[in-house]
Amino acid sequence: MDKKHDIKPSEITPKELYMNRRQFIAGATAVLTGLSSLELLVPSRADSGQRLTVERRGQYTLQEEQTSYKDAANYNNFYEFSTDKEDVAELSRNFRTRPWTLVVEGQVKKPKVYDIGDILKLFPLEERIYRFRCVEGWSMVIPWIGFPLSDFIKKCEPTSKAGYVEFITLLNPEQMPGQRRDVLEWPYLEGLRMDEAMHPLTLLSLGMYGEVLPNQNGAPIRLIVPWKYGFKSIKSIVRIRFVEKMPTSTWTKAIPSEYGFFANVNPGVDHPRWSQARERRLGEFSKRKTLMFNGYAGQVAHLYSGMDLNKYF
Amino acid sequence: MPHDSQMRRLIRFVVFIASLLPLAWLIWQSLTIGLGANPVEKIQRYTGDWTLNFIFITLAISPLQRITGIVRLKEIRRMVGLYAFFYASLHFINYIAIDQAFEWDAIIKDVAGHKRIIFGFISFIILSALAVTSTNRMFQSLGARYWKALHQLIYITAIGAVVHFILLVKIDIRRPLIYAGGLVVLLGYRMALWAHKRVTAKR
Repeated sequence: MDKKHDIKPSEITPKELYMNRRQFIAGATAVLTGLSSLELLVPSRADSGQRLTVERRGQYTLQEEQTSYKDAANYNNFYEFSTDKEDVAELSRNFRTRPWTLVVEGQVKKPKVYDIGDILKLFPLEERIYRFRCVEGWSMVIPWIGFPLSDFIKKCEPTSKAGYVEFITLLNPEQMPGQRRDVLEWPYLEGLRMDEAMHPLTLLSLGMYGEVLPNQNGAPIRLIVPWKYGFKSIKSIVRIRFVEKMPTSTWTKAIPSEYGFFANVNPGVDHPRWSQARERRLGEFSKRKTLMFNGYAGQVAHLYSGMDLNKYF
Repeated sequence: MPHDSQMRRLIRFVVFIASLLPLAWLIWQSLTIGLGANPVEKIQRYTGDWTLNFIFITLAISPLQRITGIVRLKEIRRMVGLYAFFYASLHFINYIAIDQAFEWDAIIKDVAGHKRIIFGFISFIILSALAVTSTNRMFQSLGARYWKALHQLIYITAIGAVVHFILLVKIDIRRPLIYAGGLVVLLGYRMALWAHKRVTAKR
């Protein structure tokens, strides 16, 4: 559809070449720092940067320029590692994403513990280029790789009692230095109403820019809800629980007057301390107008018809 | 004493150059490794940090002078204070011209609608007034008493700037709290001094 983006930035340097480079660096570092570091380096290196086989692309795309991989991977919030967006990449470098399991529980007919390797093979992987709008007022355009959450939910067979889906991030202060401080209540928890979770735009993502998710962007598996502020798109998920009642998400618990459960991108409802009318797209100089539901109003507005969005922010 | 005036000039020159180093560092970074994914935000944060730093250095001079007995420190206070205004101006200009791109509707809404901006804006206006009245001539025409009273407003600027910073961060208020703590120390010292003076005067 959008021919301009057929060549991904990540494809410019041949994969073999930069993997070799990484192996060399990893090898050299291991030699220099002794064998003990091998254990630390090898598991994390094994996955990050690995290419994913994408079977579907082009159905969800944008006529907007993609954010550079460098910006997308070096400027993001992941409080489990740091409250400084530019420190996350470095602090998550040795984060271990294998072994990794995802527990499905609660109001489902098929509760199960999935291994991440099996999840990768569950459905054909699809690339979707989405806008990503942070509640702080910056935005990106990112080619995610994953599959619709609805496909996964159908597989879990939720019972009729399941009204909401709750997602939980890994709790591991040893590996996640940000969790050693009580800046938020750990583990991070997010939730969606069942119709939001089943919406075709909602994605479980395993990769971006053609590759496995970098640790700092929520490896090995994260949620992407493109019409909501970024903090809803929970990272490094270990647990999905189907529940009856609306869960209280981490940011709502921390500051209920500023962060609601829905957190839909809405230029008309300001954050109490700053405007949400405009945003700075990374890589662009001037701000652009923020779009209702982040530009996905056509697809999702009906989910909220009749709701007072000033009240349910 | 000619020797003394030379010394004074040297000290002022050193402080003048040293105070430009934070700006030089920012320019150097922008020309070499770049300012990261969000340069406008980085400039905004950086100039804000250095405005606070210079306000705090200004406020620390008189206690330091009293504690160390180095009378010369007073000679650089005005310059350091003016540098606080200089970095605040860069911060303000970056907000108006680059961050908001002169979109006055948005700026007015932002100032009127968000406490954070109100605190920063008032602090900046006061600081500007202090900078304008910082000359010897203004000191003479206002008279020492009024001039001093006016320049006590620096405390309001300092408090406003710290509140402005606290309201910026989403939840991790560690860094703004460090400044708030510094403010408590600097203002506490002055209050203790004032109380002490009153007590001794009564005797």
